[in-house]
Amino acid sequence: MSGKNSFEPRIIGFLCRWCSYQGADLAGTSRRHYPSNMVPVRVMCSGRVDPTFVLKAIADGADGVLICGCHPGDCHYQSGNFNAMRRYPLLMKALEQFGIEKERVRLEWISASESEKFALVVKEMTETVRRLGPLEWNRRVFQAGRRKT
Amino acid sequence: MAKLKLALYWAATCGGCEVAVLDLNEKILDVAAAADIYLWPVAMDYKYKDAEAWPDKFIDVCLFNGAIRNSEGEHLATLLRAKSKVMVAFGSCACFGGIPGLANVADREGVFARVYGETPSTDNRDGTRPQTSFAVPEGELTLPHFYDTVKTLGQTVPVDYFLPGCPPATKQIWAVVQAIVAGQLPPPGSFVGVAEKSVCEECPRVKEEKKVTAFLRPHQVIPQPEKCLLEQGLVCCGPATRGGCGAQCINANMPCRGCYGPTERVTDQGAKMLSAIASIIDASDEAGVKKVVDQIVDPLGTFYRFGLPNSLLTRVRV
Repeated sequence: MSGKNSFEPRIIGFLCRWCSYQGADLAGTSRRHYPSNMVPVRVMCSGRVDPTFVLKAIADGADGVLICGCHPGDCHYQSGNFNAMRRYPLLMKALEQFGIEKERVRLEWISASESEKFALVVKEMTETVRRLGPLEWNRRVFQAGRRKT
Repeated sequence: MAKLKLALYWAATCGGCEVAVLDLNEKILDVAAAADIYLWPVAMDYKYKDAEAWPDKFIDVCLFNGAIRNSEGEHLATLLRAKSKVMVAFGSCACFGGIPGLANVADREGVFARVYGETPSTDNRDGTRPQTSFAVPEGELTLPHFYDTVKTLGQTVPVDYFLPGCPPATKQIWAVVQAIVAGQLPPPGSFVGVAEKSVCEECPRVKEEKKVTAFLRPHQVIPQPEKCLLEQGLVCCGPATRGGCGAQCINANMPCRGCYGPTERVTDQGAKMLSAIASIIDASDEAGVKKVVDQIVDPLGTFYRFGLPNSLLTRVRV
């Protein structure tokens, strides 16, 4: 297993199509550098992000999950991001019970013009998850499942 | 027509599924007329070695309830799978892990430390713990190995049918027994004794707009009988739970706890329930949302009450 310092975190990002994904595109066209550890998945709205997506990402090997949406009040669908705002703290409470560090799952409001914020968030989160180390959920569960007396 | 050969077995269980079978009342005589029971530890005196002596596929239908939590459960699941033509995961423990599945918040050491050490009424100064093998003058005493993780029956052996419920509603048990006797079961891998839609479809209450400003525990309120329980602030798992039970709990003025598991195409019931509960919170700012979320004291235990081993994460990190 690679040492903690050389570990490259795998972060799955769910970015809303109207604000955050455009903000990410703007970071790209502006040639802002940010780590490639975050794999973006475009969703129509942050309210589309089912907690199942976050859990599946973790179960399938992600070390972190980033959810980005429009600022509250600016949602293209009026109220979708409010659903994300309501689900996130309850999901975090459950993840804490599962033993997953809260820094691994992050919700940010990023508008289409906030390319600098996007790059900063991805940089910060990559370094935070790198310090926390790999999550490797399946390996842990599999090993725990196989341990006998 | 030759009588069906039945076997019933219990792994990590409470015995409620056995009681549900007996709740057939006089219809148990119809079952006895159609079938011979070759193994049923709670009710009949057959031993494991009798089962080990059967040829493969000897039993027509095995109704296996309980989750797999130790080597004895695993051994019997494997044995009965080999000796049975049809294996039914009977009840929520076998289907999803059930209440015993909540032990996945700990591992063996965590469970033993609590049970044999920390519980208030335990006095175990010598630190006695169960052993898997112990020599006595008469020979060797053995106990099963206790695993770190509880598994469902389907995670242990291939399962032909899943009959959920804690316990399955007696009406559904009877319907499934009749289908077995008539040879009219759906394709293997199916859930049986269930409705297609969620419990809300069966629930007779009036459902209007859901905007919850505070969540209550069942002991904090006597619910009005006609109104949706979620609208009254109780955490009712009906929206994320498969129907088929006839909404018995709701008709007894108690919120659904989710024992029939998720609907057909849902992977993780707890995640869906979490999403449903959060979506009806009547707040649009972070402080307001936090105030309501703080009232859900145990999201894992509430939303994964019956399905922790069956969930995407399966267990708590060790």
